Amino acid sequence: MSGSLPTTFFEWLIFLWEKYYLDFLRGLGVTLELAVIGTILGCLIGFLVGIIRSVVVDPGSSRMSQVAMSVLKVILATYVEIFRGTPMMVQATVVYYGTMSLWGLDIPSFAAGVLVLSLNIGAYMSESVRGAIGGIDPGQIEGGQAIGMSYAQIMYHVIMPQVFKNLIPQIGNTFISAIKDTSVLNVIAVTELYFAAKSVAGTYYRFFETYFIICVIYFILTFTMSRLLRILGRALEGSRNYELIVDGEGNSEGTNV
Amino acid sequence: MSELILQVKHLKKSFGTHEVLKDIDFSVEKGEVISIIGSSGSGKSTLLRCINMLEIPTSGEILFEGAPVSYRPKDKNRFRSRVGMVFQSFNLFANMTALQNCMIGVQIVSKKSKQEAEARAQEYLKVVGMSAYRNARPAQLSGGQKQRVAIARALCMQPDLLLFDEPTSALDPEMVGEVLAVIRSLAESGITMVIVTHEMMFAKEISSRVVFMDSGIILEQGTPDQVFNHPQKERTREFLSRYRQG
Ligand SMILES: Nc1ncnc2c1ncn2[C@@H]1O[C@H](COP(=O)(O)OP(=O)(O)OP(=O)(O)O)[C@@H](O)[C@H]1O
Ligand SMILES: [Mg+2]
Repeated sequence: MSGSLPTTFFEWLIFLWEKYYLDFLRGLGVTLELAVIGTILGCLIGFLVGIIRSVVVDPGSSRMSQVAMSVLKVILATYVEIFRGTPMMVQATVVYYGTMSLWGLDIPSFAAGVLVLSLNIGAYMSESVRGAIGGIDPGQIEGGQAIGMSYAQIMYHVIMPQVFKNLIPQIGNTFISAIKDTSVLNVIAVTELYFAAKSVAGTYYRFFETYFIICVIYFILTFTMSRLLRILGRALEGSRNYELIVDGEGNSEGTNV
Repeated sequence: MSELILQVKHLKKSFGTHEVLKDIDFSVEKGEVISIIGSSGSGKSTLLRCINMLEIPTSGEILFEGAPVSYRPKDKNRFRSRVGMVFQSFNLFANMTALQNCMIGVQIVSKKSKQEAEARAQEYLKVVGMSAYRNARPAQLSGGQKQRVAIARALCMQPDLLLFDEPTSALDPEMVGEVLAVIRSLAESGITMVIVTHEMMFAKEISSRVVFMDSGIILEQGTPDQVFNHPQKERTREFLSRYRQG
């Protein structure tokens, strides 16, 4: 066996790729799966938490609902602080081994990985959502109130569409970060790309070559994603023109931007 | 007998230790066009905001068509759908076209069909002369145009009472006229209105009653002739003289 082993860096790259490309691709598949599911769930959590934490309780509403709301806000604030204040790698181990030793639950490491990634993304996203909601001119809320819209209606029809639009680039960036961040989930044996590389590297003790391969894979992935997202973002931006409708009202000049 | 729409009794409002409204008594009859004038900081906006429940009074009572208003969210929203408000800063919904701005309240607050909402929105956009711009978004409109859309949005709710808080103060001088013209035509059509304004000539011309506020109280009120030509209080004379010179 020893006689057939490669000698140079490039020979090793080719050798490892040809021998293990299926493992790399499988790992890549898991990485993408994690990133996609984590980003989707994380955004859902983030929007939910961000919206709830931004709710302005109507001073005219019942005492009960005011108290319930404050309690809920404290709980959510705690969640956000904890997940933003600790490394994701540590969160992964705490959740994975914690559920095992506290409740005897043996959740699959993939599920634990999804959970941790989503909660992590959710915590960060909720802060962005909160910021974006706070950044909308409060006059629009009063404008809605003045015609009798409820707080929920104003949020749904007026504020959130703008917040969502403003956050689209951020969601894209979150997805790209998620692709990279999944690598820490190898600590709980999620078989993503980094984990796959770790196993491959150990077989021939070719650490540099193996990690170089996944380095290239990660880069190609995030680079194409960021390009795609930029194109998507431009498409969503849409046209800034509008049509002036002249229907006998007369002499309005056409204005187009 | 004239019909009272709104009564404000012994209204007080403080922000912290700052008493902004001190015992305001104020009522509005159906069909009246009331102008509220007074120097900056005298509490004019705060009074309007209390009437529309954007602020909760510290004490006092507000009666709408004889019944005390309720601050429970449901009642509050029903009340607001009947009392329109136009703001100095327009407060249009940035994510909607002029038409959608006008339709949304009719659809989701008055619970009318989309067709009816659209018909109504078209009608009132025409009233304010903005129907050509119905597909434009607020960011694409000038200040005067935005304010006219905001007025149309308020009119679409077919309110019993319409409140204006300095509707022309944020506008460039050349746009003031178009907005005042719209308000003037509304006044002629018999809509009950309360207008906070610094446009003295305008107030004098269109009001049935003028209210002069000074540091949290109503110092003087009466017909435009009484208040502008024969003010009783020294403070009112002093305030008005500043406008005569300017
Ligand atoms: N939300 C608030 N918190 C604290 N103080 C406030 C608030 N709103 C208004 N005030 C204060 O109340 C006073 C009256 O304000 P208000 O806006 O009612 O005056 P105004 O008569 O409308 O003045 P202007 O002509 O400048 O609009 C001011 O001194 C202002 O600083
Ligand atoms: Mg004011």
